[in-house]
Amino acid sequence: MRTTTMLGLTTALTLAASAFAAGADTVKIAFIDPLSGPFAGTGTNGLHQYEFAAEELVNKQGGVLDGDMFEIVAFDNKISPKESLIQLQVAIDQGIRYIAQGNSSGVANALTEAINKHNRRNPDDRVLFLNYSAVDPALTNDKCNFWHFRFDANADIKMDALTDSIVTNDEIEKVYIIGQDYSFGKAVAAAAVRYLGEKAPEIEIVGNELHPIGKVKDFTPYSRKIVASEADAVITGNWGADMVGLGKSVLENGFTGPIYTYYAAADGITAAFGDAGVGSLRLVAEGQLNPPPNDRASEYIQAFKAKYPDGNLSQARITNVIEMLAKAINEAGTADDVVPVAYALAGMEHESLWGGNLMMREEDHQLIQNVHIMEHTSDVVHDHDNSGFGVKVVKTVEMAAADSPTSCKMRRP
Amino acid sequence: MDLILVNLIDGLVTGLLLFMLSAGLTLIFSMMGVLNFAHASFYMLGAYFAFQISLYLGFWMGLLIAPLVVGVLGAGVERYGLRRVHQYGHVPELIFTFGLALLIEEVVQFIWGKNQMPYATPEILQFTAFSIAGNSIPAYKIFMIFISIAIFIGLLYVLTRTRVGMIIQAALTYPKTVEALGHNVPLIFMGVFGVGTALAGVAGVIAGPVLGTFPGMAFVLGSIVFVTIVIGGLGSLWGALVASLLIGWITTFSKAYNLRMEDLLTSLGFTKPEPIWDSAWRDLWSITSPQIADILPYILMVLILIFRPYGLFGKRDA
Repeated sequence: MRTTTMLGLTTALTLAASAFAAGADTVKIAFIDPLSGPFAGTGTNGLHQYEFAAEELVNKQGGVLDGDMFEIVAFDNKISPKESLIQLQVAIDQGIRYIAQGNSSGVANALTEAINKHNRRNPDDRVLFLNYSAVDPALTNDKCNFWHFRFDANADIKMDALTDSIVTNDEIEKVYIIGQDYSFGKAVAAAAVRYLGEKAPEIEIVGNELHPIGKVKDFTPYSRKIVASEADAVITGNWGADMVGLGKSVLENGFTGPIYTYYAAADGITAAFGDAGVGSLRLVAEGQLNPPPNDRASEYIQAFKAKYPDGNLSQARITNVIEMLAKAINEAGTADDVVPVAYALAGMEHESLWGGNLMMREEDHQLIQNVHIMEHTSDVVHDHDNSGFGVKVVKTVEMAAADSPTSCKMRRP
Repeated sequence: MDLILVNLIDGLVTGLLLFMLSAGLTLIFSMMGVLNFAHASFYMLGAYFAFQISLYLGFWMGLLIAPLVVGVLGAGVERYGLRRVHQYGHVPELIFTFGLALLIEEVVQFIWGKNQMPYATPEILQFTAFSIAGNSIPAYKIFMIFISIAIFIGLLYVLTRTRVGMIIQAALTYPKTVEALGHNVPLIFMGVFGVGTALAGVAGVIAGPVLGTFPGMAFVLGSIVFVTIVIGGLGSLWGALVASLLIGWITTFSKAYNLRMEDLLTSLGFTKPEPIWDSAWRDLWSITSPQIADILPYILMVLILIFRPYGLFGKRDA
């Protein structure tokens, strides 16, 4: 009697356990980015793009492995590195293996170090860092590690493409560089000085300055200096409210030349500039929305707009993160052990939804992809911010900086 | 030389904008003893309301209606919120306004989202008023200057030349006596709070198109407003004006000129340690004035508090 009860109980437990295992398994991805504060807009929009990509590109296609679904878990880091580390710990404690972050290289620097340390100390509990837009070059150079993958082109690669475009413009003789005072702004400025010096030493850099990030109320004094310097073009890596503030002020105070930027589109920026930005804003980025690269991309954009009418596909690379991660998990045959997943990701080639090939460079985990120069214009099929304005590709650098050097010395497990 | 003139104008615009915010706050503070932490949030509401109204009725109706709505809202907050909290003392009042600031930010994000709003200057003001050595001064800035000055003169007139102003001034210092004389002091409080928030609303309406209309706009201006009224002296309209202009010019000029700490220290007779990147003083030597522009008003506030605790024009201790 006693044994039969035990047997029955054990069978029931086993059955329940296996049913649980076969059923609703999820692969959780922690999204650690600002969801409140001055940069909340950028963060929230990114979160929506992740959720949509996971749903459309993985879950609706039957998931990964035996039907495991992707789930995006949002953590608000208030753009603070300290807060991010706390959220990282919470995510790890919840058993999450994949960390996605992108806004602010300052945060990414803190996260990559913490994750490296964590993985060294907890070999049974390792996590991967999917960096989708922190572009400080150090992350794939001196500070690189096996757990970090960057899906955006880094500040050097983008500046390389940007300066290529600048040197072909004969009207530009003087350039003013301005950016936010932290690792990313400094990286942009350093890259601009270096590439302009190499490619066109005759171009004079008439200003190179940093301003406090997220704190400047009025950019007028800065624009006065830019106008007074008689610069023909401005280069800035500013993003979010800092981009709108700087750009609008520069245009209002009489600057007429081109403004070369990294992040001057979507998230309210395109609408805020509207007509004023036409003929002046030039953007370097990956991911082509206009002219639409193919039908699949067009359908994806329309489906996204149907779900988030006020949203923007501002970070096209997020689809690459999701698709490549899914592919890597399938190749590795597991989502729990991140080491084979990382090995599958490193060196992976993939055809992007936005046209063109992608290659995750094995030596430094930097994604090599097409980089475009785009123009702010109303001549677009898919606009940003429902404003009628958007960005259109005017020049493409195929597989930008595929053979660029890296100082990364990666230790592999 | 030309740039000095341009910076004077830019600083004037910044200063006058700050004045519109601090004028209301200083009145509220000195009358009720309440540090209204939500003051900058009313400024943000002004911008958002005006943006929403401008979509249907144009900019000018927004300029007219939005401050009224903000003022009524402010009066409502005083009547149904602050007045009830008042009996428990100043600390609950403080916490109430603090919570209100957070609440307003959340509500704004809930209704309008977290992105910047495409709130633009009206088309008839989208031209360059004049240029000084290649620096164009937008017509909108001139408009901002005129609005602010008109408001200052209006306020000064009401406070010093009218009966209502007399009662308000008296209630500032002797509320009990004024009440004993048969005036409705709670009503005066409500009125001052309403007008104060409406002023913040006007500032929001005209600042929204140039400084950006986004959920962080109250946060960005929040603390500097308090600095202004402390420097100016509590309850003094002139003090608020002088302190606002002072802050406007200090920040504008220190951003516009790249003064380096290195030059300052060298002129004081210090020698630069070589090599500088190994020195413990590296950061101090490499500071430039644009980097510290936004903390200069705070330094000024600390100095004022040490040497003249009641502020430049204040009559009472802080």
